[in-house]
Amino acid sequence: MNTKPKLGMYWAASCGGCEVALVNINEKILDVAANFDFCFCPCLLDTKKKDIEEFADGEIAVTFFNGAIRTEENEEMARLLRRKSQVLIAFGSCSYEGCIPGLSNMHTMAAHFKSIYIDNPTVDNPNGIVPKPQTQVPEGTLTIPAFYERVRTLSQVVEVDYSIPGCPPESGQVWHVIEELIKGAPLPPKGSILGAGSSTVCRECPRDKTHRKVSRFYRTYEIIPAPEPCLISQGVICMGIATADGCGALCPKVNMPCIGCYGPPEGVLDQGAKMIAVLGSMIDAGERKGLSEDEMARRVDLILDSIPDYSGTFYKFSLAGSILGGRRP
Amino acid sequence: MSEDDGRVVFEPKIVGFLCNWCSYAGADKAGGLQRSYPPNVNIIRVMCSGRVDPQFVLKAYSAGADGVLILACHLGDCHYKEGNYHAMQRHRMLLRILSEHGIENERCRFDYVSAADGDKFVKIMNEMVYTIRELGPMDRLNCWSDNKLKQGG
Repeated sequence: MNTKPKLGMYWAASCGGCEVALVNINEKILDVAANFDFCFCPCLLDTKKKDIEEFADGEIAVTFFNGAIRTEENEEMARLLRRKSQVLIAFGSCSYEGCIPGLSNMHTMAAHFKSIYIDNPTVDNPNGIVPKPQTQVPEGTLTIPAFYERVRTLSQVVEVDYSIPGCPPESGQVWHVIEELIKGAPLPPKGSILGAGSSTVCRECPRDKTHRKVSRFYRTYEIIPAPEPCLISQGVICMGIATADGCGALCPKVNMPCIGCYGPPEGVLDQGAKMIAVLGSMIDAGERKGLSEDEMARRVDLILDSIPDYSGTFYKFSLAGSILGGRRP
Repeated sequence: MSEDDGRVVFEPKIVGFLCNWCSYAGADKAGGLQRSYPPNVNIIRVMCSGRVDPQFVLKAYSAGADGVLILACHLGDCHYKEGNYHAMQRHRMLLRILSEHGIENERCRFDYVSAADGDKFVKIMNEMVYTIRELGPMDRLNCWSDNKLKQGG
């Protein structure tokens, strides 16, 4: 009889990158196997949902849940794993704050179905058939899990003990969390963010942050930024200043702006709003003297026109978990 | 909701962030002049309009506000030199996010009220309440009921 504590991992609306991040701890995965009974992981193991259903409640010690809640099936698995797990960890940006699947909250379910199944140029669907939970066929009724109007984060559906941010979480950080579990370290307060720092990406970014004005914005393809100065001061929208540290500032170190995958830093509720606060104080619309208030607003608008997609840029990872949570239906 | 000639009128909830040095004094001025204006605005005094983090505005909406007002000193008059420039620039940017989220720009108004602008303050209050009343209550965005979410539910 296997007496090791059970470890589970599940994917809901996700890409599989979180599982890759887990196995990227390389040979240390053997330590995981030595210390845990890795009991459930549809991406890597063959155990099925019915095996989990047979477990007693709370039998799984720790479950890493990655992926957002998009369908009825995702929600059912979230509730099942919540019941069977002592500690449920939202693993990765999708389950923590919605991530890329959460961006679909800018549109309605009907609009998604129209663009995916009807207007899509590579789809031939003259009868306009879209997925629905129940379909009558001569043999009986076929059912598939219902698609929800909105993407939700894991904590909007079930109680979550901890969250590990990142798209995907950095393997070093994943190992750090697992190592603490193996050592039997006392659990941090419920609701803590694991595997991330308490400051912003800027803390880990070696760039020179003295210049603080920006008079036009560039998209990444429009400019090759200089390697030394801060990317924002060069007009590249780097989310680092509104993003939790813990990744090691990987993107700014290779001349790419941070896109915000580690979510808001400690003390920030809404990553996009924080980004507005930051950029709003850095915009330099030129000489101000003698300009009317309307003229000033017009000048600022001209600068702002160079950012094409505000929500997609500022909430690339955090839309579903943000204060507004998406576009009003 | 209040009754007006037997007709039910929507009474919007509006949160107003007023700068301590100009706009709040302007509101005081309106009070001193005994001007009356609709009581729908809940005023929050801030030291500077530059203190108004866009998170405050979003939080006001999610907590039940139908509209948000940010009132600042006239450009060039900021007690802290350029806090109102920052506030104005943030507001222009916030409007873009709000439009993308389907929230009418009129629900987030930025304007300049000096300590002498008592009458302008009253005018802004009247206009804001009138505009939001026309727009109607704001649907809450993040109270997903499970049934409403579900396809065919």
